[in-house]
Amino acid sequence: MDDNKEKATIVVFSGELDRALAAFNIATTAASMGMEVTMFFTFWGLNVVARERSGGSGRSGLQRMLGLMNRGGARRLKLSRLDMLGGGRAAMKRLMREHRMPSLEEMIHMADELGVRFIACTTSMALMGLGEEDFIPEVDEFAGAATYVEKASGSAINLFI
Amino acid sequence: MKADRTLDCVGLYCPMPIVKTSQEIKELAEGEVLEVIADDKGIKSDMPAWCSKTGHEFMGIEEEDGEYHVFVRKKG
Repeated sequence: MDDNKEKATIVVFSGELDRALAAFNIATTAASMGMEVTMFFTFWGLNVVARERSGGSGRSGLQRMLGLMNRGGARRLKLSRLDMLGGGRAAMKRLMREHRMPSLEEMIHMADELGVRFIACTTSMALMGLGEEDFIPEVDEFAGAATYVEKASGSAINLFI
Repeated sequence: MKADRTLDCVGLYCPMPIVKTSQEIKELAEGEVLEVIADDKGIKSDMPAWCSKTGHEFMGIEEEDGEYHVFVRKKG
């Protein structure tokens, strides 16, 4: 990595479509402006970079129950407002298509192509009973908060979404 | 203004014109001019911002029929 490059760090804590879109919009823009961008996915944010799970893959009974209600995958994320059991989400996705805006899945691919680094939080993974195999291949690293703090301390932009 | 290359971003919104510009500029030689055509007016502020951050030269914007023709000279 280039130490002279300005850095941007984004914590993606939320697992909602609209919030994830905002995070990826800023990440792809910062990368396009020559910055070295790291996205740290934690808690519900893990769902953004998780593979779609059938659910129930956790180790304990509680984790399997959580897995059934929290199945992961960018395509499945709900809106933070007006989701309306998926009706609002479908309408939003349609509006985005009509305006030729990239889908979240396309934004994730684009960010990866632009060299944005994806880190998944291992503590949240343990809590939810997720393994490395539960994530999309774009995830570069599995790490903890110290990795984030080290990156963030040298970053010009730090966001928590 | 004359350009060596043109990038059509009509119908695209933030961040696409900027992302595409950052890719397209790689195809130019130093000193050549890229024309970006867009109709999202965010480009009026975003392209000068992109240039100030990346070091490429912002040469100006021509507005016609709701489309913005933005000219950028590649540096270094």
